[in-house]
Amino acid sequence: MAMDARRFELTASPHVKGPDTTPRIMWSVVGSLAPVVAAAIYYFGPSALLVIAATTLGCLLTERGLGPPRALRDGSAVITGMLLGLTLPAGLPLWMAFLGGFFAVAFGKLLFGGLGQNIFNPALLGRAFLQAAFPEDLTTWSAATESWAQLRGDNFALPLMSGDPVAAVTGATPLGQMKFDQIPTETLDLMLGSIGGSLGETAAVAILVGGAYLALKNYLNWRIPVSIFVTVALLSQVIHVMDPTKPDALFMLFSGGLMLGAVYMATDMVTSPTTNGGAWIFGFGIGALVVLIRLWGGLPEGVMYAILLMNSLVPFINRATQPRVFGTGKAVAHE
Amino acid sequence: MLNLFGVTFRHGVHPPDSKSLTEHVAVRRMPFPKRLALPLRQHAGKPARCLVKKGDRVERGDKIAEADGFVSVPIHASAAGTVVDIDWWPHPDGSMAETVIIDVAPFSPQVPRPRLVPDWHGLSPDGVRKAVQNAGVVGLGGAAFPTHVKLAPPPDLDIEWLLVNGAECEPYLTTDHRTMVEYPERVHFGTRIMMQCLGVKRAVIGVEMNKPDAIAALERTKPDDLDVTVQPLIVKYPQGAEKMLIHVVTGREVPSGKLPMHVGAVVQNVGSIATIAEIFETGLPLIERIVTVTGPGVVRPSNLIVPVGSPLGDVLDFCGGLTDDAAEIVFGGPMMGSSQPDMRTPLIKGTTGVVVLTDREVKPKQTYPCIKCGHCLAACPVFLNPSRLGLLAQASRYEEMVDLHLNDCMLCGCCSYVCPSNIPLSQMFALGKSALKRKQSAA
Repeated sequence: MAMDARRFELTASPHVKGPDTTPRIMWSVVGSLAPVVAAAIYYFGPSALLVIAATTLGCLLTERGLGPPRALRDGSAVITGMLLGLTLPAGLPLWMAFLGGFFAVAFGKLLFGGLGQNIFNPALLGRAFLQAAFPEDLTTWSAATESWAQLRGDNFALPLMSGDPVAAVTGATPLGQMKFDQIPTETLDLMLGSIGGSLGETAAVAILVGGAYLALKNYLNWRIPVSIFVTVALLSQVIHVMDPTKPDALFMLFSGGLMLGAVYMATDMVTSPTTNGGAWIFGFGIGALVVLIRLWGGLPEGVMYAILLMNSLVPFINRATQPRVFGTGKAVAHE
Repeated sequence: MLNLFGVTFRHGVHPPDSKSLTEHVAVRRMPFPKRLALPLRQHAGKPARCLVKKGDRVERGDKIAEADGFVSVPIHASAAGTVVDIDWWPHPDGSMAETVIIDVAPFSPQVPRPRLVPDWHGLSPDGVRKAVQNAGVVGLGGAAFPTHVKLAPPPDLDIEWLLVNGAECEPYLTTDHRTMVEYPERVHFGTRIMMQCLGVKRAVIGVEMNKPDAIAALERTKPDDLDVTVQPLIVKYPQGAEKMLIHVVTGREVPSGKLPMHVGAVVQNVGSIATIAEIFETGLPLIERIVTVTGPGVVRPSNLIVPVGSPLGDVLDFCGGLTDDAAEIVFGGPMMGSSQPDMRTPLIKGTTGVVVLTDREVKPKQTYPCIKCGHCLAACPVFLNPSRLGLLAQASRYEEMVDLHLNDCMLCGCCSYVCPSNIPLSQMFALGKSALKRKQSAA
């Protein structure tokens, strides 16, 4: 037997492996964000690209410098950077965007122990930090300009300096107009994104397409966005019927950061529940909080705080929704 | 109850079934190897007690070791020859086991001694159990649990169902498939004897729907006078797990920590059933079995009748040897089977297949931190939380794992299969289980 001399692998079962890997999931999310980024660039010009590049660079350099070796390969820092960039206004000074990226990865992820350990969505934590640190720059929303190539604000402001307000091409967001001036916006404009707002909150269709792709690949739990949308739509429609000065369901769904938040932020695997029952509860909580904050809170938009709040409840939601072990308790009928 | 479009359980995974290599290859008989290695421990329970000594001559079918107690079965010589040694020898479970080594007589006609063929007509349950135990029959689906023990439920339990397991949900394997296609009468005959022994009125043969020819063969040969149903099952791993099959067919869940008989069901693998039929046809004990030798690393993938105790090297040689990129040899299926490092290791009663994987399938996998994706929860067929159990296992907190139902884990491997971070979950659970067992036996 000539094969006696050969040596063979000894591994534990199973000896075959499914196709999904963590980097593959992460890079698929990055890929699915490409249309959203493209839409942002289409609406906001080169400024959009600059801001997203700055946040992503901030995330990557932080992960490279402070994270474990080879951590860049898993792609999670790129996602954080792109998502953070998409929550920012186009005219934001780049040094602020970069700082947000640093904060998101360093304090949002690495401080907790790195990938998989963080409680809060790093991108949203980065945005919350920027909002607290630079409230004015963060709420200077850009509007459409005469020429596509024109910068939407003082992107190149020097570090530690705020952007020059004269350079900014400002416009109100639909939610701001609604909240402070009671001016509604055309629903079609909301869907297609030709409105004022942050980079990623204007292209609902692109976000839904990316989300559908990820849901089909099982890279996001579709129950979370569905439950958020249903909750927001039902709640706001009921309130709209009772008090017509409040916005209706369609406006609530397609305005602000709800699409981006529901599809890309709330579904972050690390910071959302692991059980399907938990996903429904999590989504319901976010949806209810969004409606509460938008309609009765001091801010025009509440998606960020709604998700961060629910992030903190995930361990409890998980504990409360553990599956019933086979052969214990009440039996279920088979499919 | 019969659903022609198939039925299935919740959760589970869909690995590529990879059965096309051998599913239409007829079973061939492998020649006797020069040397046989028959471990005394080929079944779950107590190892058999050796009856032979060095230098003894044995004929094919002679008992060489006897059952040691009720949960034990005898071992028979699978070829005529001379006992040359009784020594420690590599065992498929990775350990060394006490093994009877027989040099096969080169010119023997290999005709078994004249023997009594037991008559099944009106045979008492006890008579059937004795015949089955004496023939050394164990579950041929892999677990190798002595078959006669399953035929002796406590009298206070009411057994309603005999479930014949032809799911064969492990990828690559076609052992049960070929048994059902080529020996459907034997499956039905064995089912008849089992039904008589257990006193049950209903039998269901569950077959995954990727084996339409097996379903057709069983339907064609179905007896008119018995309530036997062939139930198509949706292709999903681990459909062939006892608990899953029972749930799908009867709608009942085997309670945690209990046995199938507690919900009124007895499950037997089709191979075991066919072997029982053979006992009552020929009087020969379990000395050979059908084995699928397959995988991209085998030159001629085959379904073989292999004498029990044939060394791995001889079996692979008969299948044309290995390809140059063969990297890992697995006994059993790729989901639950065990890697084999040694060509001397014998194929034993519980060896369902030999799967040879190549560099392409076994390339080293980088692990990543758990990203809480929940895919393992969505895959676990007994609804555990493998992610949480894995964290506890990493911290060696085994007692807490028991509270989370570690003992309900069947080590089916679904969680490891889907984990995108390549965390070896089921391996950690196996370690946890054995650490707890050690602790228990030490206490």
